[in-house]
Amino acid sequence: MDLNTVLQLLDSSLRLATPLLFACLAGLFSERAGIFDIGLEGKMLAAAFFSAAAAAVSGSAWVGLAAGCAASLSLAALHGVASITFRGNQLISGVAINFLAAGLTVLIGQNWFKLGGRTPPLQGDARFQNIDLPLASTLESVPLLGPLYSQVLSGHSILVYVGLLSVVGSWYVLFRTRFGLRLRAVGENPGAVDTAGVSVVGLRYAAVLICGLLCGLAGAYLATGLSAGFVKDMSAGRGFIALAALIFAKWRPWSALGACLLFGLLEALGNRFQTVELAGVTLPTQLMQALPYILTVVILAGFVGKAIPPRAGGEPYVKER
Amino acid sequence: MNKMPKWADVALIPVINLILALAVSALVIAYIGENPVQAMKIMINGAIGSAYGWGYTLYYATNFIFTGLAVAVAFHARLFNIGGEGQALLGGLGVALVCLAVPWPHWTLALPASVIGGALFGAAWAAIPAYLQAKRGSHIVITTIMFNFIASALLVYLLVNVLKVPGSMAPETPRFPEGARLPTAYDFGAWLGFTRSAPLNVAFFVALACCAGVWFLIWRTRLGYEIRAFGQSEPAAVYAGIPPVKITVIAMLISGGLAGLMAVNAVQGEAERLIIDSVQGAGFVGIAVALMGRSHPLGVLIAALLFGALYQGGAELEFEIPAISREMIVVIQALVILFTGALDNMVRAPVARLFSGFGKGAA
Repeated sequence: MDLNTVLQLLDSSLRLATPLLFACLAGLFSERAGIFDIGLEGKMLAAAFFSAAAAAVSGSAWVGLAAGCAASLSLAALHGVASITFRGNQLISGVAINFLAAGLTVLIGQNWFKLGGRTPPLQGDARFQNIDLPLASTLESVPLLGPLYSQVLSGHSILVYVGLLSVVGSWYVLFRTRFGLRLRAVGENPGAVDTAGVSVVGLRYAAVLICGLLCGLAGAYLATGLSAGFVKDMSAGRGFIALAALIFAKWRPWSALGACLLFGLLEALGNRFQTVELAGVTLPTQLMQALPYILTVVILAGFVGKAIPPRAGGEPYVKER
Repeated sequence: MNKMPKWADVALIPVINLILALAVSALVIAYIGENPVQAMKIMINGAIGSAYGWGYTLYYATNFIFTGLAVAVAFHARLFNIGGEGQALLGGLGVALVCLAVPWPHWTLALPASVIGGALFGAAWAAIPAYLQAKRGSHIVITTIMFNFIASALLVYLLVNVLKVPGSMAPETPRFPEGARLPTAYDFGAWLGFTRSAPLNVAFFVALACCAGVWFLIWRTRLGYEIRAFGQSEPAAVYAGIPPVKITVIAMLISGGLAGLMAVNAVQGEAERLIIDSVQGAGFVGIAVALMGRSHPLGVLIAALLFGALYQGGAELEFEIPAISREMIVVIQALVILFTGALDNMVRAPVARLFSGFGKGAA
């Protein structure tokens, strides 16, 4: 592998890591507040469809982004009503949301565009265009760091940079603000938060809606940044890989960035090479595809650094009378 | 507060949930610009209006009985086995290996062997998440989801590289030998009007036997009692001397085995070879079936018949009204899971209040 191939691989890793990163941070907010969310996949898919549909009709990627976030937020609100207000099973609600999105996107897509569930291909301003970071071409000639900056970091759509900034933002909100402290507390010991006179329900709704917003960004990037339009089931398990990344990162924002980049790299490797030779052994592509899941199971098993989830995760909070 | 008659809990609430789910589905159909009443008629007629329809409805129902029972058994131990999909895929591998390994002389010999093969492989795939849950506290929902993806990658690898017919492009195993072919509805039920096209086969009776077996296991054996006690309260079960690790692992092995048995119907009975996606979402339908059936084998049977009819009726619906695509089934399924599973309290609380009101009036 020459330097150019490595740079291209890193470039596409960053591209492919972005939807994972948004979804992973989405799950981070939700699960830190004690609400399990296996509906990341469905929210992402719904956002992908509605952003592509709105962008196709309006010709603006930004209108698409708004529509995608609105769709994802409504599903997040549904998850909130089911799991916070009615204290239903959060996992089952997530499963239902995944199916709802998988079915409705194709059904409505067929009804609106008559293209077998696809949206029309997006062109021009209906997609997020790649932007060059300042001085990208000037710094090109600097050894090693120059190409890294101009070829890997520069030249992505704006959402990729929003994704990277979201990591900083999530870290700041969760670990440096009063809201973040309370949000984390509600995922560990909601009774204590309630005793302190802070609304458990309010905090959890806030977390679930932030989760919806971030999933909306993930889906919009998928349909209007990474590809040009919506196709059936285009999220293709990314919501679950994001969930895996979240566990891999042990529910921490910076580690989430690392985990998503790693899983993005695995996907980029799988896309580029049919088989990978490692120390004389040929690894099949299917192993590369399964690797994020295998790694997650290993981490969950606690043989390599135990992943301990928020303590009150999955438990509906019942106020004592 | 919890003074609801038993019939309300097992029948009234699921029926109200189902009606709500269907009402929202009707709204979706109306939004698409079609008539929901007419759509409903086509679905019912397509599913149970002819022997042809029954042949498919019961075939789908057979799959859902297996996966529904799988989820139900795990539910009794308060374990959420979301990995039915992967366990059924691996069950397919087991069934295929058994069917291809021996030139079976007759199906009566092949069936017991493939039942064992499917159940063993399905149980084996559930064993690792079960062990990790019991011993290491890894959340079983996450591990079983991960194992679904690993199973699908493993199966693609095996079918493309190992089990494929040499020289063929299609990633599927050779056709099973004639002796492993299970009698279909045409063979044993031609007098009922079933035709050769009906995929319904003797695996249906295996499924019915499993319903009875699960009922006996859960409510008539010591192990079943231990599973239920563990599901009700782990500390109480431990105090009573019931080992939690053993119960977790055994409940998941039974669950995985039942999911694996689905392959006897879908792989051996219908496709007669192993293809890439032999499960087609039945593992997930099992969740809806177990929720609707309140984890009782009889309930699972009824819910599986309902979902079988939904699948066959949905296929007919797409044929008659092309504007309503097959995804309508997925939407209805999602709404059933949502209303019976996640929004259960929305219906339960008002109904319970209604009954406690009656109770006070009578007293």
